[in-house]
Amino acid sequence: MAAPLSVEVEFGGGAELLFDGVKKHQVTLPGQEEPWDIRNLLVWIKKNLLKERPELFIQGDSVRPGILVLINDADWELLGELDYQLQDQDNVLFISTLHGG
Amino acid sequence: MLGKNRLIFPGEKVLLAWSGGPSSSSMVWQVLEGLSRDSAKRLRFVPGIIYVDEGAACGQSPENRAKTLAEVKLVLQTAGMPWHLVALEEVFSLPPSVLQHSTQEPAGTEGAYKAAVDSFLRQQHVLGVEGAENSPSSVQREEQLCRPHTRDPLDPQSLAGSPTAAQTAALARLFDSVKTLTAKEELLQTLRTHLILHVARAHGYSKVMTGDSCTRLAIKLMTNLALGRGAFLAWDTGFSDERHRDVVVVRPMRDYTLKEVAFYNRLFAVPSVFTPAIDTKAPEKASIHRLMEAFILRLQTQFPSTVSTVYRTSEKLVKAPRDGHAAGSPGPRCLLCMCTLDIDDADSATAFGAQTSSRLSQMQPPTLPAEAGTPTVPCCSPGVGRTQGCCRATCGRGDPRACIMEQLCYGCQVNLKDLRSLDSLPPYILAEAQLRRQRAWVMQEVQEYLIEDSDDEAETGQS
Repeated sequence: MAAPLSVEVEFGGGAELLFDGVKKHQVTLPGQEEPWDIRNLLVWIKKNLLKERPELFIQGDSVRPGILVLINDADWELLGELDYQLQDQDNVLFISTLHGG
Repeated sequence: MLGKNRLIFPGEKVLLAWSGGPSSSSMVWQVLEGLSRDSAKRLRFVPGIIYVDEGAACGQSPENRAKTLAEVKLVLQTAGMPWHLVALEEVFSLPPSVLQHSTQEPAGTEGAYKAAVDSFLRQQHVLGVEGAENSPSSVQREEQLCRPHTRDPLDPQSLAGSPTAAQTAALARLFDSVKTLTAKEELLQTLRTHLILHVARAHGYSKVMTGDSCTRLAIKLMTNLALGRGAFLAWDTGFSDERHRDVVVVRPMRDYTLKEVAFYNRLFAVPSVFTPAIDTKAPEKASIHRLMEAFILRLQTQFPSTVSTVYRTSEKLVKAPRDGHAAGSPGPRCLLCMCTLDIDDADSATAFGAQTSSRLSQMQPPTLPAEAGTPTVPCCSPGVGRTQGCCRATCGRGDPRACIMEQLCYGCQVNLKDLRSLDSLPPYILAEAQLRRQRAWVMQEVQEYLIEDSDDEAETGQS
C-alpha cells in the first residue's frame, strides 16, 4: 500500500493548452495498492487534469512522440521512462516540441 | 557552426528571426551569450531581432494578440538588442520590389573573410586605444537600445500604429479563402519570409538567422519532398540560403535537435513566448506538415537515428545550377519562393504530368528565341503598345490565374490551386506578377530587334 504522494506536474511548449493553459499543477496522488509510477501517473492525468483532445497528449500508454518528459530536471529516458517510481515532492515536466504546441 | 562556416563577417548586421518558440529563443540567447563573452571566440557581428506577429492569420482575438505582444516586448527588452516588431498585416503595404531579384552578388569568399577579419581587428585595436569601456560601438549600441525600433513603418506615411482593421480583415479573408491547412502553412511561410526580407533590406541587414533545428529541418525536408519542392531542398534546408542574393538566410541551429534545445532552454531558463500557431490543436492528419512531423517523430522513438539520418541527407545536397542555364544568367524565378523556376521542357514529364496541354503552352518561357517572332498571346502584339492597361486587359480577359501561375514553381502552383481566388493575395504579389509580365514583353520585343540587327549586319557583311 503506497502512501499518498504530493508531486508537481508542469506543462510547457504549448502542452499547457490542453490543460486550460495552466502550466503548474500541484497535485496529490491518492494512496493505492501498487506504487505510483509514470504509467499510472499518465492514466491519472488523463482522467483528472486533461481537458480536451487526449490523443494530442497520450498515445497508447505513453506520451505522444515529440513530447519530452523531465523528472526533477532529468531526462526520463535515464530513469526508466514509464517504470520510474514517483517519490514524494517529485517534479514532472512535460514539454511539447511539436509545431504549434 | 558559425565559426566553422565563416559566413558572417565581423561587424556585419545580422537579423535574428525570432518566433517566440524554443529554437529561435535558444538561438537569440546563445548569440547574447556569444556577444558578452570576453574570449577569442566572441561573436563579432551586430545583431537585431525581428518578431513577426501572425495572430491575424491564426484567427486570434485582438485581446489575445495584445497579451502576446506585451509578453514579446518584455522578452525583447530583456534581450537588449535593437528589435523590430512587425505584424503580418504589413504584407499588404509591401512594395513589389521585395520580389525582385537583386543583382548584387553575395559578398564572401574565403580570402574576403580573412581580409574582413583583419580590417575589423585593426579597427578594434584603434578603438581599444581610445578606451575599451567607452568605445563608440558600445555607446552606439546603447543609443540603439534606448530607442528600439518598434514597428518600423515600412511606408513613412502609413502604419505608424497597429495594423488597421481593414488589413486584419483582408488577411483573415486571404487565409479563409485557402482550402487546406497545408496550403495555409505554406502561404504563411511565404508571406513571413517576404516580410522579414523586406525589413532586413530596409535596415541594411545582410544576413538573417533562423532557428530551424535539426529535427525541424528533417521534417521540413520530408514535407517539402511531399509538396513537390524537391528541386529546392538544398536551399530550403541547407545551412545558408543565397537565393535572395543580397540577404542570405543562415540556419545556425541546424546542429541541435529539438530535445537538446528544449533541455538547454530549461536548464538555462531561456525565456520563450508560446504563441498558438496556425495548426495548434489540429489533428495529426490535418496537413502534410503535421502528418510528416508525426511520422518522423514516431519513427524517431523506435529508431533513434531517424532524424540525424534524414538531416545528414540534407547536408549532402548540392546547390547545382540547372543544366539548361548558364551560371551567369539564372533563369526566371518563382514569384513566391524566389527559387529558379523548375518548369521547363526538360522536366515536362514530371512537372506537367497533371497539367492540361493548354496550360502547357502558356508555360513556355516567353523569351525563347525561337518564339520571338510569334507572340504566344495575341492581345499585346508588339507595336500596338505594351501599356499597362493593355497587359492588364490580357490578364483580365484571358485567365488571371494562369497569368500568375506561369510565374510559379511547381510546388507553389500546387499550393495556390487551393486558393479560391487570387484577388485576395497582397497587392505587392499581384503588382510584381504584372511587372514581370510586362518585362517579358519588352524583352521579347528587344530580342526581335536584336535578331533583325544581326541579320542585317550579316547581310551587309556578305554583300
